[in-house]
This record gives sequence, C-alpha cells and structure tokens, in this order.
Amino acid sequence: MKHVLSALLGAATLLGAAPSIAQTTLTIATVNNGDMIRMQALTNEFTAKNPDITVKWVTLEENVLRQRVTTDIATKGGQFDVLTIGTYEVPIWAKKNWLIPLDNLGSDYDTADLLPKIRDAVSASGKLYAAPFYGESSMVMYRTDLFQKAGLTMPENPTWDFVIDAAKKLTDKSDGVYGICLRGKAGWGENMAFLTAMSNSFGARWFDEKWQPQFDKPEWKKTLSTYVDLMKAAGPPGASSNGFNENLALFNSGKCAMWIDATVAASFVTNPKDSKVADKVGFALAPNAGLGKNANWLWAWNLAIPAGSKKTAAAEKFIAWATSKDYTKLVASKEGWANVPPGTRTSLYQNPEYLKVAPFAKLTLASIDAADPNKPSVQPVPYVGVQYAAIPEFQGIGTSVGQQFSAALAGSSTVDAALAAAQTATEREMKRAGYIK
Amino acid sequence: MARKVTARRVWVSTAAAWLFGFLIFLPILWMVLTSFKTELEAFSMPPKFLLFHWTMENYATVQERSDYLHHALNSILIAGGSTLIAMIIAIPAAWSMAFAPTKRTKDVLLWMLSTKMMPSVGVLVPIYLIFRDFGLLDTRAGLVMILCLGNLPIVIWMLFTYFKEIPKDILEAARMDGATIGRELVYVLTPMAVPGLASTLLLNFILAWNEAFWTLNLSTLDAAPLTTFIASYSSPEGLFWAKLSAASTLAIAPIIILGWFTQRQLVRGLTFGAVK
Repeated sequence: MKHVLSALLGAATLLGAAPSIAQTTLTIATVNNGDMIRMQALTNEFTAKNPDITVKWVTLEENVLRQRVTTDIATKGGQFDVLTIGTYEVPIWAKKNWLIPLDNLGSDYDTADLLPKIRDAVSASGKLYAAPFYGESSMVMYRTDLFQKAGLTMPENPTWDFVIDAAKKLTDKSDGVYGICLRGKAGWGENMAFLTAMSNSFGARWFDEKWQPQFDKPEWKKTLSTYVDLMKAAGPPGASSNGFNENLALFNSGKCAMWIDATVAASFVTNPKDSKVADKVGFALAPNAGLGKNANWLWAWNLAIPAGSKKTAAAEKFIAWATSKDYTKLVASKEGWANVPPGTRTSLYQNPEYLKVAPFAKLTLASIDAADPNKPSVQPVPYVGVQYAAIPEFQGIGTSVGQQFSAALAGSSTVDAALAAAQTATEREMKRAGYIK
Repeated sequence: MARKVTARRVWVSTAAAWLFGFLIFLPILWMVLTSFKTELEAFSMPPKFLLFHWTMENYATVQERSDYLHHALNSILIAGGSTLIAMIIAIPAAWSMAFAPTKRTKDVLLWMLSTKMMPSVGVLVPIYLIFRDFGLLDTRAGLVMILCLGNLPIVIWMLFTYFKEIPKDILEAARMDGATIGRELVYVLTPMAVPGLASTLLLNFILAWNEAFWTLNLSTLDAAPLTTFIASYSSPEGLFWAKLSAASTLAIAPIIILGWFTQRQLVRGLTFGAVK
C-alpha cells in the first residue's frame, strides 16, 4: 500500500512539474469549398508547429455563413476568431470597423507577392483587412472536340459575336448538346454575377456617378436581350434554374459546348474522376464586345479577423500560415500541384511545376489581371466591384433584379418589362437608403 | 348499416394506399439512393434509379470530415430537453383551459398562436443580443429554451384539443372522491390522454429535431445539432448532392427509428376523438 501511495505521489509531482501550455482555441468559420476542406484536413500541420493553439472549424453553406457571420459581427457576439469572407464584404466591413487590419502577418509573409488586383480588392485605405485564400475570375471553357468537328477555332480573346455564332452552330438538341451553358438562377451571386460582368463588356453600369440606377439605358437592354436570345437559341432547357453546380454537372456530362463561369471550375472539368470530357476542354478569356472590357469577374475568398476578437495573435498566426507560400507547397506535397489554392500569389504563376499540371493557369492569371474592381466598366462608376457594387444594399437589390432577369429568361416576363421592373425596384431601394432623392 | 366490402374494393383501396404511401416516401427514398451514388451520377440527366455504380464513399467522407455522434447527441438532448420542458408547462396549461375555462380562454389561445405568425428572422437580432448577454450562445441550454418556447403554442393547442374530448364528469368524480388537482392530473387525466400525449410528444420532438433556423443561428460548435451537420455539406462551388444526401440520411435515421417504434401511439393519437 505504501509503495502504491508513494508511486502515486511521485507521478503527481512529475505531472505538476511538467510545463503547462496555455491553450488558445480558434474557432474558424468557413464555406464548404474544396480548397477550404483541404485546409481543414491539413490543420494538424499547423497545430503541430503551434502546440499552444487548437483549431475548431464551423463549415457552412455560403448564404448561411454570410447570415450567421454578419449577425455575429454586427452584434459583437464573439463566436468566431477567423472568418472566411468574400471580396464583397471586405471593403464594407473594413469601413464599419468590423475587421482588424492585418499588420502582423510576419516578416516572411511577402505581401508584395499577392496578385495586385486581389490585394486591392481586400485592402482599404492602403491596409490589408483580409488575406486572400483563393482567388478567381471567370472565363470560357469549351469542348475542343466539338469545335474541331464543326471546323471552328476559338480565339484566345473571343468576341460576343463569335461566341453567339459558335453556340448556335454547335447546338444539337436531338443529341442533347447545347451550344452554351450560362447561369440563370436568380441571386446576386448567381445570375447577377454573370450578367453584371457581361454588362460591363457591353458598356453598361449599375449606377452613374450620382448613384442613379441605369437599367433604362440602351447598354443594359443590349446585354439582357443578347443573353436571353442566346440562351433561347442555344441554351439548355430550364436554364433559369441553373447555377454554378448545375452547369458544372451539365458540362462534365458532355451536354455543353461552352460554359462561361468561375476559373476555379477549370480544375473540376479537367479532373477525369468527375468529368467525362476531362481531356477535351479548352480555355479562353471571357468574351468582349470590342469596347475594351471583357465579361469576366473578380472574386476571392479571404480570411479575416473580427474586431473585438480576444485571440488576435493566434488568429494572425493561423491566417499567415494558411495564406502563405509555404502552405501552397504543403498542399502540393500532399495532394499535387493541381490542387493548390489558385489565384492569390504571383509566385504560383511563375512556378514551372504548377504550370505543367494546370493548363488553365495562364488564362486564370490573364482573367484576374483583366478585371479591375476600381474601374469595372467602360463608363465611370461610383462603386468598387466588378460583378457587384460593394455597398450593403447590393445583396437585396442584386437578388431582386436577378429575379426579374431570371423571369425574362424563363419566358414569364419580357426583356423590357424585366428592365423596367429592375429600374423601379433599384430606384426605390436607393432612395430608401438615401443615395438619391 | 355496415356497407359490404367487396374483395375488389379492398384490392383497389390497398393499391391506392400503397401508391400514396410510395409517393410520400419517394423524396426520402431518392435521398437514400442518392447517398450511394457518385457526385456525377447524383446529377445525371435522365436520373438513374437503381442501375448506377453503388458506392459507400460518401458515408466514408462524411465520417471522416464530421463528428456525427457529437451532433447526434446534441440533437437528442436539445430535442428531448425542449420537448420535456414544453410538456411539463403545457399539460397544466391545457388542463386549465379545457376544464376551467374563463371568458378570456379563447383569446389567450389565439394570442399564443399569434406568436407563431411572425417569421423567426424578425426577432433574430434581439434574441441574439439576449443570448450574448446571458452567455447562452452556442449552449444546449439556450437552444432547449428557444425551441421549447417556439413549440409551446402548438403543444398547448394540441393538448387542449385532446383534453376537450375527455368527459368532465370523470374528473369531477375523482374530485368528489377527494383527489387534489395534482393527483387528478397525474392519476386520472394523464392515463386517459396517453395516446394524445404520446403523439404530441413525438410531434414536438420531430419539430425540435428538424428546427433549422434557430439551431443554425445560435449554435457554433459545442451545441451544434444535426441541422448544422447537414448544412456543412452544401456547397456553392462544387458538386455536393451525394455527400449531402449521405449526411441527411444519417441525420434522419434516429428519428425514423423512433417513429417506427411509436407509430401505433402516433396513429392512435392523431385519430383520437375521431370516432366516438
């Protein structure tokens, strides 16, 4: 008995003598996208280097996450230490002082290596308010075999005229192949992302310099009628309910000759595991109408720290790790270069190993470079953002305009009626918000 | 006079019942089938019913990525806790309204129901602030409370209609024999209303189990039930239907098992008072 007691005492002394590490638990809110899930799986690599930090993940669907995180940050609920937010939120939230500027990401972080357009999109008054985790633009993905069969050659920088003509020629409804697949599902981040980017190429804009909505102008009519006519002639049936995922499934099963959407889709459509047409895909810049602007957007998912977080130091450590050059190398060593998060760093596009496995890399970079959030359209605009206007009211307005345009595509409304309704709704909201009288 | 039931009529009504049953069950069946497909097959047009490459891959992914048991335990505790507390409050409330009504009883009942008429999101920010100040965010106690309050009007209404079917005279007889109100509730009323109580209990449990607005908005990790587990599998960029179906199948499995074992009480409760 005596031995047992002394052994227990000894063990207790040893335990007491062991250095105690104060644990910091980081709660990170993120979306369910492939790159984020990969980051989640690699968390152990981070905690192994930082044994005093534990990481917990909250993964949610994009819209649920947006609502959840906005409620929490607006009420200072303090539920999250690191947030995954889009380029739309960063300037708005930075202005409201909801985010902490990222000044301490470490000396080896190399901020200058971030792609300039992306860095601009997540900065406000010269300060970085979020660190880009992956960035994207949009481009044309097309079936090289169908183009060859029809005797067509896709230029690297196609015009809308060429795309419309090719889409009509490549449509073979009896065989279930449609010339072009485009987003039609209503939503500010769904059909309006595509249509706003398309409207930029036609010289349209959401608002003039005095915040007056511009849907009654000929540029918007040209945009919407071109889109509706094209989809009626060469689009798949039920296109008004198609978003990114629906079009991805259609393209991967060989039903679309062209698809204009996020550059991030390039890795999905060329992955033989998920795509039946993996070895028959070519890429080109989003089309233009000869006005000097292409119909491509700019988006990035970023990591940011909410104001009032009590774990800023640990959160900064995590963000610096997840958005660093070393993280890219880590993903490459575990899952191959084709799976690294794209669109944030210049060095990635100079890396020969990445360029070898990513045939879409050159065009992704060119597309990102071609989008300018500060000068999205041919005419001057009072807002920042390519496929959105970075004002808090845009989510609501964008979705209601998206519903009108989706109805025009579905045939339950006309182009003119949809534009008139969009103009009225936007004017009403902008008056209510005090932008115009 | 009872109508003669011919064999043909039995056959037709049985077939019709099976057909309707199948139609109602179809979405669930489709979800279970989708959970065994690959992501590409889950989206394929025309849809594949049975002839596809069956795989367990989605279940493996879900197991690997999420802590199912943690979420399931939270769901059981939150749904069970809120149901239990709601019943404890609702039984006496329904009793008083059914057996000792005043001229304001109807108004009170309608007022209670009116709280269900406003969309929940209308009070999200005030509730969020209250939860933050009382330290209830991401706690099971907080969710038990909000779900209990949310379902209470329905529970009271259901119990009220069941209790109204019970003859007052029986309760009066018990009172004549010297039973207190408590004894009357426990020994006379409750046993007589068992089918009604059981179906209310189960329905309230299902409502709490499926509640997705408050559970998604007020929980983060520690108290997150199966609704957040499912929500984590929906993706804006990337195919997700097969994995989402696997997660949903796992999430509804416990409630289906519970429903299976209590279906007799449920059917009796729902038809309680239909035939006198």
